Amino acid sequence: MTDRKELIAGLQAKANRLRRDSLLVMKEMGIGWLGGCFSSADFITALFFYRMKHDPKNPRWEDRDRLIISKGHSCELFYAALAEAGYIPKEELCTYSHPGTRLQTHVDCRSPGIDCSGGSLGLGLSFAVGTAMGAYILSDCRNLTTFPRYQQARFRAYCVLGDGECNEGQVWEAAANASHYKLDNLTAIVDHNKFQSTAAVKVKMDPLSLAEKFKAFGWETREIDGNDMAEIVEILDWALTVTGKPQAIISHTIKGKGFPSLENTNCHYVKITDELLKKGLEALGE
Amino acid sequence: MLKTIYLREKRDTLENMYVAHNRALVQLAEKNEKIVSVYGDFPSGEVGEVFQEKYPDRLIDVGIAEGHLITSAAGLADAGWIPFTHCHDIFALGRGYNQIRQNLAYDNRNAKVVLCNSGVVWPAIGPSHQTIEDIAALRAIPNLLILSPSDAISTEKATFAAADYVGPVILRLPFTGAAFPILYANDFEFEIGKAVCIHEGSDVAILATGILVNSALQVAEELEKEGIQVRVLDIQTIKPLDEEAILSAAKETDAIVTVEDGNIYGGLGGAVSELTSENYPVLVKRVGVKDQFGDSGTIEEIKECLGLTPPMIKQAVYEVMERKGTKKKRKGRK
Repeated sequence: MTDRKELIAGLQAKANRLRRDSLLVMKEMGIGWLGGCFSSADFITALFFYRMKHDPKNPRWEDRDRLIISKGHSCELFYAALAEAGYIPKEELCTYSHPGTRLQTHVDCRSPGIDCSGGSLGLGLSFAVGTAMGAYILSDCRNLTTFPRYQQARFRAYCVLGDGECNEGQVWEAAANASHYKLDNLTAIVDHNKFQSTAAVKVKMDPLSLAEKFKAFGWETREIDGNDMAEIVEILDWALTVTGKPQAIISHTIKGKGFPSLENTNCHYVKITDELLKKGLEALGE
Repeated sequence: MLKTIYLREKRDTLENMYVAHNRALVQLAEKNEKIVSVYGDFPSGEVGEVFQEKYPDRLIDVGIAEGHLITSAAGLADAGWIPFTHCHDIFALGRGYNQIRQNLAYDNRNAKVVLCNSGVVWPAIGPSHQTIEDIAALRAIPNLLILSPSDAISTEKATFAAADYVGPVILRLPFTGAAFPILYANDFEFEIGKAVCIHEGSDVAILATGILVNSALQVAEELEKEGIQVRVLDIQTIKPLDEEAILSAAKETDAIVTVEDGNIYGGLGGAVSELTSENYPVLVKRVGVKDQFGDSGTIEEIKECLGLTPPMIKQAVYEVMERKGTKKKRKGRK
């Protein structure tokens, strides 16, 4: 139990460290996707540093778990995570958004550790479905196309979606296809921070219940507090136990979580002034 | 080096190009265990039966979801497979443009998009389904290789070439419900990025792609009887364009006619005009769709009403010949 507590505390500390590092990344461009980075920081940390099977020394390892950041604008925190894990040198973070960089202003395959470039919303879940299928396909016999399966999937795919992103129709093409092929090696995590680019999601296009929607599409669905590390760890473990269905985790989060003056505001794309940076670093314990 | 050796002596056999592609895919699948065939509720033909029996996991249908079809193919490629996607050109392009650009071209995925029923010459279907802009739209995307074979033999070879090439490929195939004349002998070798000279001549050059290459050849043979020597280039790779062959044709004939089954704006005609105007300006007359939508009808009716028939190509040849003559006379007077 103590081990578990230590694990949770360690992950929490790491998530905050990544929030802090991401602010420094944002500072390179002078503006950043603060709200979405901070809301998703906890489960991205848990995925990357706890649940996923991957090897920063071998980024193209064929059987690595895939993490697709479909809400590709929330890139600064993910770049910080890549540096923390050792995919890229920490010094490289300061090349963010500058010409010639591998760290483009939306998640980008140019950087090791990234499987699918983002920027165009609504595509990532389809990519995740494709790669999850690929983990089940056997060249000369039936495995993907049968259930129960003859062999385990070679790897899992995790896809992080925005709640606003779920406006996009292709998300639901992918959702339907994932359950049709019973892709139980696929987990979608919706960062339900209640705001999209220009307003609250309820104002723009009320998503109603995202959980019920995914459920209706044949997904095993759970709702969690996406800023509670203990809940996140528990739910990621649970996802491994589900068979025959993809899993959707509707992760209720706070936009800007960890930046007190911005929490629960639409801090989607924020100017990173010296003052704001100072406040942020202070709040995050630096 | 231009190649004329491959042309068949007699071109009286017809064969369906989609069937030829499917046959090639089955052969590929046997040799290469990474080949996967993906469909967007599109008939898989011969390949389906063979695949499903032999390699049940390697035939995937994702339903009527063309955007998802393209992006999920990128995911399959990420997992190490070599996917060939199949759906109607208009929907791969129209519903999947952003996906082709972002997931295949930008990320340089080893996935192949087969544009079925491409071009305007698709009978009994109507303008909603007839693509006129695929060449124009896709050739403006970096990283894409665009192949446009002209008969069943070149289709088969282009399919093999697409599988061997590492990176995103567009393979443009015409109406899947009809057979088209076989132009090439069985030993034809498809070379990516190479135009094929199928008729020698230095009075005028016809640069054609896809199923209208046969019409261009027919015109060249007819004009030969009138003493006009027409060079016909089969532009089997739209991108990268065979600049060397096209500029040689420009220099040696001083008059070019382009022929295609899509919009001349930005299409093959546009590509050839861009290239020649920058490097060796010559007269270029573009035969193709004149910036209008298609129409219902039979293959012949569609060609007739959109100006894609051999007489229209011939007329274009006469026109460039005449204008070239006038230009030369004017130059002579100076």
